[in-house]
Amino acid sequence: MSKPRAPRAAGARPKPATGPARAGMTIPEGRQMPDASRLTPPAHEAGRTGPPNGDAFHTIGKRNRKVEGLAKVTGRAVFADDLTLPRMLHAKLLRSIHAHARILAIDASQALAMPGVHAVVTGRDLPEYFGIIPWTQDEQALCESKARYVGDAIAAVAADSELIAEEALRLIKVSYEVLPAITSIEEALAHPENQVNEKASEGNLSKHVHLEFGPVDELLEASDEVVEAEYWYEGSTHAPIEPHCCVAEYDATGFLTVWSSTQVVHYLHRDLAKVLGLPTQRIRVIQPVVGGAFGGKSEPFSLEFCAAKLSMLTGRPVKILYTREEVFYAHRGRHPMLLHYRTGIRRDGSLTGTDARIAIDGGAYSSFGLVTTYYSGQLLTAPYAMPAYRFDSTRVFTNKPCCGPKRGHGSVQPRFAFECQLDKLAERIGMDPIAVRRKNFIGENTRTVNGLRVTSNGFLECLDAVERASDWKRRWRNLPYGRGLGVAGSMYISGTNYCIYPNEMPQSAVQLKLDRSGRATVFCGISDIGQGADSVLAYIVCEELGLDLRDVRVVAADTDLTPVDLGSYSSRETFMCGNACLDAARQLREQIASTLAERWGVPKGELVLANGMAVAASDPHKYAMTVKDAIQAAEAAHGTLGSVGWYQSPKLGGDYRGGTIGASPAYSFTAHVAEVDCDPETGEVTVKKIWVAHDCGRALSPVAVEGQMEGSAYMGFGEALFETHTFKPATAAHGPGIHHGPSLLDYRMPTSLDTPELESIIIESVDPEGPYGAKEAGEGPLHPSVPAIANAIHDALGVRCDRLPFSPPAVLALLQGSDARGAWERARLGHAGAGARG
Amino acid sequence: MDTRQKLVCRLRVNGDVRECATTPHTTLLEALRYGLALTGSKQGCDKGDCGACTVLVDGDPVLACITLALACESRDVRTVEGMADGARAHPLQDAFDVTGGAQCGFCTPGMLMSAWALLERNRNPTRDEIAHALSGNLCRCTGYTKILDAVELAARDLRERDGGSRPS
Repeated sequence: MSKPRAPRAAGARPKPATGPARAGMTIPEGRQMPDASRLTPPAHEAGRTGPPNGDAFHTIGKRNRKVEGLAKVTGRAVFADDLTLPRMLHAKLLRSIHAHARILAIDASQALAMPGVHAVVTGRDLPEYFGIIPWTQDEQALCESKARYVGDAIAAVAADSELIAEEALRLIKVSYEVLPAITSIEEALAHPENQVNEKASEGNLSKHVHLEFGPVDELLEASDEVVEAEYWYEGSTHAPIEPHCCVAEYDATGFLTVWSSTQVVHYLHRDLAKVLGLPTQRIRVIQPVVGGAFGGKSEPFSLEFCAAKLSMLTGRPVKILYTREEVFYAHRGRHPMLLHYRTGIRRDGSLTGTDARIAIDGGAYSSFGLVTTYYSGQLLTAPYAMPAYRFDSTRVFTNKPCCGPKRGHGSVQPRFAFECQLDKLAERIGMDPIAVRRKNFIGENTRTVNGLRVTSNGFLECLDAVERASDWKRRWRNLPYGRGLGVAGSMYISGTNYCIYPNEMPQSAVQLKLDRSGRATVFCGISDIGQGADSVLAYIVCEELGLDLRDVRVVAADTDLTPVDLGSYSSRETFMCGNACLDAARQLREQIASTLAERWGVPKGELVLANGMAVAASDPHKYAMTVKDAIQAAEAAHGTLGSVGWYQSPKLGGDYRGGTIGASPAYSFTAHVAEVDCDPETGEVTVKKIWVAHDCGRALSPVAVEGQMEGSAYMGFGEALFETHTFKPATAAHGPGIHHGPSLLDYRMPTSLDTPELESIIIESVDPEGPYGAKEAGEGPLHPSVPAIANAIHDALGVRCDRLPFSPPAVLALLQGSDARGAWERARLGHAGAGARG
Repeated sequence: MDTRQKLVCRLRVNGDVRECATTPHTTLLEALRYGLALTGSKQGCDKGDCGACTVLVDGDPVLACITLALACESRDVRTVEGMADGARAHPLQDAFDVTGGAQCGFCTPGMLMSAWALLERNRNPTRDEIAHALSGNLCRCTGYTKILDAVELAARDLRERDGGSRPS
C-alpha cells in the first residue's frame, strides 16, 4: 500500500520574482532570496522577522547555552591537533631566512637519508599557483624560484616524529642568491625594478582603485572648514590561541581527507583540488573545532597542501602543526595603511566633501588584497551621509608576510582616520562630536553615495545609548587634565553579496533531517570559529519546530556530509546560513502544520510548536500533542521528512566597476565611547572603560552578540595601544625583514589586567531581510574602538594621536612637541563658547 | 646522556596513576597529550607565553609546556579532564558555558585551571583578584569580560554549596 505523498518538488512551491541579473552572469529563477512568499509559508503571518509561534519567541533572543559549549569546557572538544591517526607521520616546513632571495638549488639528499624521514617535498612538487581570489592567484605551496619574506615556506619533511622532521630540516641545503628587499610602501613605489611578486601587473603594484562620487573638489571649496591630515595605521595580526594545524590522509582508493583548522572549508576544498591535481569529488575537507581565527584562517596555507602531498607520497596520514612563530609568518593580518584625508564641513555641522588617498602595505602576496583595496574606500560611506567622496587606494607588494583579512577587513584603518577627522571638524566648528554624528546620519532605507543599499539602521539609537551610559553630556570636556572621553561610530557588512568566484549557485545551504525519534539534524557547511555559528542554526530549528535545544544536532563544515556554505568570513554566517536554515525549517514546519490542521480541523495558522508541545492556539487543551507525536503524524502523512533551504543574496551595489564590492544585504552599525586616564609625565594611556552600542538587528543569541561586541572592542583596544606586527631593518648581524618578536610574549596582546571594562548595549533594529531580522555582530564592533580612544586622548591631553599605536613614547613625543595643555584649554573654551552660542 | 632514550614516567593524573614513555626532555604537556591521550590541555605557543597548557601540579597552576614530565613524578597533576564530578560538570565549567566564557574554547582548559586554583584558595575573590589570577592565560575571543563573569558566578555557586558544611 502506498502512502499519500504531498507534492514536494521545487516546482510546487511558489516561484519568486527574479531580479535583474548581474552582468555576465545569470541567476536562475527561484534562486534569488528577497522573496517572502517562498520563505514564509501561508500557515503563519510572522514573515521572516517575527516569531513563528504567537507573539513571543521561545528560543530566539534567550540566553541559551551553545550546542558545543559543554564539550569545550570539559576538554572533550576535538581540535585539529587533538587528532591522531594510526601510522601518522609528522611534517615540518623549512622557511626562508632571507626577506628576498632567488632559490638556486635545494639539496635534500641528506635529509632524505636520515633514519625516520619518509619524504621531502619542494616547490617543484607543488608548482600550481593558488590564491583565494581567482584573478590574483600568485602563491605556491612552497616557493619554487624565489622566497619573498623571512619565513616563506621552501620545503617540507615528513618523519616519524616532529623532532626528527625538525632535525632533518637542518640537513636541507638551500643555495640562495640574496636580492635587495623591499620593506616599506615608499620603497615598493620607488623601486618598481626590484619586483617582489612577478605576478604583479607592473612594478610592485598589487591593486589600484580610484573611485569618485559627486563633486568633491567643489564641495570642499565651498566648506566652512576643511581638515587635512595624514594617519598611520600599524599592522597587527590575529594571533588566535590555536596555531594552524591540519591532518591529511590519502587512502588506497585515491581519496584524500583533510582535517584543517580553517574557517573556509569550501575554498580550501577548491584550492586543494587545483594544487594537487585531484578532482574535488575525491577530496573531503573537514573542519574540526577551531580555536579562534578572526580572518587568519580564511585562506589555504602551505600546511594543507604539504600535508596532503606528503600523504600522497607516503600513503600514510600526515600532520602539520605550525609553531607559534610560523603563525606569525602565515599572518594575513591587518594591512599597515598610510591614509591621507581632506574632509569639509559647514558651520551647521553637515559634511561636504571627503577626499582620501590611501597607501596599503600588502606584504609578499595578494591574498584578499583586491578586496582590501576596494574596502579601504567603499565601506566608509555610512552611517554618515557623504554628499561627495573620492578615494584613491594603492596596495603594494613588500618582502614581508602577506597581509589579509583581519576582523573588520580593510575598513578598520580608514574608519580610524575618518572618525578622527570628524572629531577635529567638530572641534573646528565648536560642536559636540556626538551632535555632528547625529547631524550627518544617513538614515534607513536609503542608498549611500557609492550606491550601497542600506536597509535597517539603528545608528542613532547606538549614539543615544553610549551618550547616556557614559554620562557624556556632563563629563565630556569637563574631566580634569589627563582624563577624557571620546566617541566614534561605524558600519559593517553582513556578508558579501557575491561568492569569491563567480557562479550561479547558492551562497549558503542547509539540509534538515527530522524523524520519528523526535530529533533534528542540521547539515550545513557553516564554519563555527567560536562565535556560535552552529548554535544559531540550532536555535532557529528549535524556534520553528518547538524542540528542546538538546534534541538538535548540527553537523557542520564537512564537504562530504554538508551542503556548501562559503565559510566564516565577512560576517556572513548568521545572516546567510540563518536564512537558509529558516527556509529549511519552515518547510518542515509547514508539513507538520498541514498535518495537524487537517487532523484537528483547525486553520494552519493556529498551530503553535513550542516547549516540546504542538497545540492549536484556539483551544490548546483540546488540541495538543507532543512535538514528537506531531513529527510522527507528519512522517506518516508526508513520508520521510527532510528539507533543503538556501540563501542567495539579491543583486546589490553600484552600477560601476567595483560597485558590488562592499555591497551587502544588510549593514550593522556601532558607536563607542571610550574613557581614558593618561599620565602626562610618561605618556601612558590607560583605557578605563569602553561603552559599546551595536545594532545587530535582532539578537538571536544575546550572550553570543555581547561576546562578539566585547571581543571586538578588546581587539581594537589592543591594536590602538599595544599590538604591532613590525619588522627590523638590516643590521650588521642580519638582513632586513626579521619580525620584531614572533611570540605571544613579544607580541603584546592585552591580558586580563590590561583590558578595560567593556559594557555592551545591544540595539535591535530588526532588518527586513535578516533571519528574524538579524544582522552581523562579529566585526562591526571593532571599528570604533581605535578612533574613540584617540579622540578620548585628545579630550584628556589636547594631543591628536594620528599614528598607531598610542604607546607611551609616542604620546610623550606628542606632548613634548606641542602646546598640548594650551590646545586642551582652547578645546574646553571652544566647547563652552559653542554652548553659549547654542 | 642519550636524549632519545625513553624512560618510563609515572604520573598521578586526576587521581589515576598512569605510565608513559618519555625522554628526559619530554614536557608534561607532551606526556599528557601524546603519551596519555589527555588532549584537553592545549598547546598555544609551546614556550610558556599563552597559558593554554595550564594544569595543576600539587594544586598550583603550572605551565605544562615548559615543565618536564619527569619532574612531575609522584606529584598530583590535575587537568581539565579531572574537573567534572563524573558526568556532572564542575561549577566553573558550567559557569563558563552559561555565561559565554568559552567562545572558541582553546584557552578555556588553561583558563579553568587557573580559576580552579584561585577558587580552591579563595571562595570569594574580587574581580581584580580574578583578573590577576587569570593574567597568565591569554584569551583572544572574549575580551575577558565573560570569563571574569563566569568565575564570579562559579564562586557564588561554590559558596552556596559550601554554605551547609562550612562556616563562611
